[in-house]
Amino acid sequence: MAREHPPAGLSRVGWGDAAFRAILTAFAAVIPLLFVALVARLAVSAWPTIRAFGYRFLTTSTWDPVANVYGAAPMIFGTLLSSLLALVLAVPLAVGVAIYLTEFAPTWVRGPVGTLVELLAAIPSVVYGLWGVFVLIPLLRAYLVPPLQAVLGWTPFFSGTFYGNSMLAAGIILAVMILPYISSVSREVLAAVPSSQREAALALGATRWEAVWSAVLPYARTGVFGAIVLGLGRALGETMAVVMVVGNRHDLSASLVEPGTTMAAVIANEFNEAAGLQRAALFEVGLVLFGVTVAVNAFARLLVWRVARDSAIGSRAI
Amino acid sequence: MIARTTRRRLLSHVMTGATVACAILALLPLFAIFADLVLRGASSINWDFFVKNPAAAGDTGGGVANAIVGTLIIVGVGSAIGLPIGIGAGVYLAEFGGGRFGQTVRFLADVLTGTPSVIVGIFVWMLVVRPMGHFSALAGAVALAILMVPMVSRTTEEMVRLVPHSLREAALALGFPRWRTTLQVMVRAAWPGIITGALVAVARIAGETAPLLFTALGNLNFRTNVFQPMQTLSLQIYVYATGPFEEWHRLAWGAALVLMAIVLVFGFTARLATRTRFRDG
Repeated sequence: MAREHPPAGLSRVGWGDAAFRAILTAFAAVIPLLFVALVARLAVSAWPTIRAFGYRFLTTSTWDPVANVYGAAPMIFGTLLSSLLALVLAVPLAVGVAIYLTEFAPTWVRGPVGTLVELLAAIPSVVYGLWGVFVLIPLLRAYLVPPLQAVLGWTPFFSGTFYGNSMLAAGIILAVMILPYISSVSREVLAAVPSSQREAALALGATRWEAVWSAVLPYARTGVFGAIVLGLGRALGETMAVVMVVGNRHDLSASLVEPGTTMAAVIANEFNEAAGLQRAALFEVGLVLFGVTVAVNAFARLLVWRVARDSAIGSRAI
Repeated sequence: MIARTTRRRLLSHVMTGATVACAILALLPLFAIFADLVLRGASSINWDFFVKNPAAAGDTGGGVANAIVGTLIIVGVGSAIGLPIGIGAGVYLAEFGGGRFGQTVRFLADVLTGTPSVIVGIFVWMLVVRPMGHFSALAGAVALAILMVPMVSRTTEEMVRLVPHSLREAALALGFPRWRTTLQVMVRAAWPGIITGALVAVARIAGETAPLLFTALGNLNFRTNVFQPMQTLSLQIYVYATGPFEEWHRLAWGAALVLMAIVLVFGFTARLATRTRFRDG
């Protein structure tokens, strides 16, 4: 929002003001510079594999440092699979929480419960990973996967051997991690719906749920969708928790119970040991991941900004 | 007709109940993680844990003194680089950010906030580690600073914008130049909020691991030289959790509890600072 400044004549415009503005502009310029430097640096470092493999880098699935052949399809697929699984699990919960906190909860509940849910965003990724390795995976092994496989083992999604480290574990951890982002942004979007929307529906005889479903949610649809896309962006790039529980196997498999890998996990896992063409391949993976998250985040911003113009919604943590 | 009304009312109650269930289900992992952190972590925390360095692989005992000090140094240096730039950029956005350049900066800041931190890690490896020829705490701090700048710039902007316009007008009417109005009136009034945003950013980067893997690298010894590789709690947790020894797993839980405590101390301090000003908390 452009802020109206007083006419220049009223303030003493001197060299002090000019210098001050120049210094602040330099600070602000760091942000676009960083962005351009990131893109350029990643692209230059990835150039050897871009030239060597072209688009086949994205569509083939051989990742062989010995033969120096690199195809990133399994990790791209793994990133999408784990993120989609996370969305499927997190979206209903997160939107449910947001609706509860804005529409139904007593006032004294809203603050504390909202804070607690957002506290999930304060837990470091590596702590989620630790918990995944020593708590979640044993739980899955004991209680969730055997019955799932007994019933759905014939589908491609649950066939194969469960070693513990798996897409399923990664997806569940990711769901918990993105839940606070989706729910807090949805909550702000729902809170921005004018109360006249609710009141009109209630006055027409709608029940409280009908008011939410037919008057509030349609109004907030774009913003809630933006919140979900924002959550997707988080899930796509999440690294440590995933690398610790996903199994890091370069196989293209739709099975959730088998190990897999993601773009972020491959970089974290292999970068320090990589050299030459493999390093370039990892930079290209980084470039692809960066491109995808930039696109997803930009899209989410535009959606959320349409509802709450210029707000810094979602840039808060804790 | 009555039956239909009853059904609608019932549906309303059922759906309300469903959203309550969502809230409970969402809080379940939070309580589970905190309970596990305390139950498994507390037993490995003793005096040695804070004052000793890691024992040789496979040996029992030892502590994470090097990682605690390393975390504080890297986060401190990272904040020293990132906070001034972020706050400066935020003040620019609030005071001069109405034009196209301002809109671009704002948009890119939001986009960069969502950038995976592992990508910042390989970027800084190329930018700092490779030219220097070796891993260093300084490179880790630069990576964390890059993560802080966009976050801090947006919270700072938000806080400066919340300052009532009349304050600016009063200062200008008294003949203050623009720069003094901004610094001594606007920024000063927004300062508690700006500090809150800064603390939230510090809390968030204190737990970062991925950008440090290829920059600070980790170190089994006690180091305070920022030009050398350095250990942090987050890196230590990663190595210990994925390692083969029972003793390591025990220490990983202890380190996770300490890291969580550090993050929460920053987070709650930030909350206390906002409670008194502007925001509802």
